[in-house]
Amino acid sequence: MSSLAPSRSEIDTKLRAILCDVLGLDATQVESFDADTGLFGHLPELDSMAVAGLLTEIEDRLGIIIEDDEVDGEMLETYGGLLAFAEAKVVES
Amino acid sequence: MLVLPAFFDEANKLRRLTVEVMRRLADAGIATVLPDLPGCNESRQPLQAQTLDHWRQAARAAADHFEASHVLTVRAGALVAPPEMAGWNYAPVGGRQVLRSMLRARTIAAREAGIEETIGTLEEQGRSEGIELAGWTLGAAMFRALEEAAPAAETAQAKIAQDALEGGGLWLRAEPGESAAQADGIAAAVAGALGAA
Repeated sequence: MSSLAPSRSEIDTKLRAILCDVLGLDATQVESFDADTGLFGHLPELDSMAVAGLLTEIEDRLGIIIEDDEVDGEMLETYGGLLAFAEAKVVES
Repeated sequence: MLVLPAFFDEANKLRRLTVEVMRRLADAGIATVLPDLPGCNESRQPLQAQTLDHWRQAARAAADHFEASHVLTVRAGALVAPPEMAGWNYAPVGGRQVLRSMLRARTIAAREAGIEETIGTLEEQGRSEGIELAGWTLGAAMFRALEEAAPAAETAQAKIAQDALEGGGLWLRAEPGESAAQADGIAAAVAGALGAA
């Protein structure tokens, strides 16, 4: 990985900030998320409109493009799943 | 001061913030006017017949009619502001990003309903025949213009970035919200600069 690529912790920090902003969640609540914390289907704030906003904001802030067929239940089910997806996209971009 | 609102779905989410900023400016002795974009809200024009150029002409006509000295734009409102007018762009955004959020919301809702739609095919439909997104019916000319539209690089307007305010942008929220702190911040940036001028 080149030195220009954002580190894992940087992506983690950005992703938590995006969740805070998009879902209007409290920063301390989002800081407590771990890999197994449930997202879609668990957070009442995360409905389909919020998913659309979330994905678009992730694209803008991480500089990636998320294709339709990449959006599935697994990617949005847990915080760990979403983070792993974002990390993989940043590496390939 | 002419206030140009955010577009479409973002306009709903930012309506309260926009009006709260106008109230604060009124308290500071600054008169503002917020016209409806043609085809939106109480406008009698059909939205699907609108073009971005028509909105630019309408914004200029409103500035002339109200003899506005300054303009404050919200989000994509920056795309239609007369570039030579002094003023501010709050969190300006390109048309492509506005479309992409609405396209994605439609594909996700379609998938939940068991219909397969992709952003790619919806984009083609939007360019060729126009499309309804999140309840807004956009003509093909408007769709194509939005895809290309970015805030002007050279403008007489200063940017008010979301980073400078407390918290995240309200347009991101699933439900319309409000923030007194953000309204305070935007109004202070505008009133402070006018006071210093």
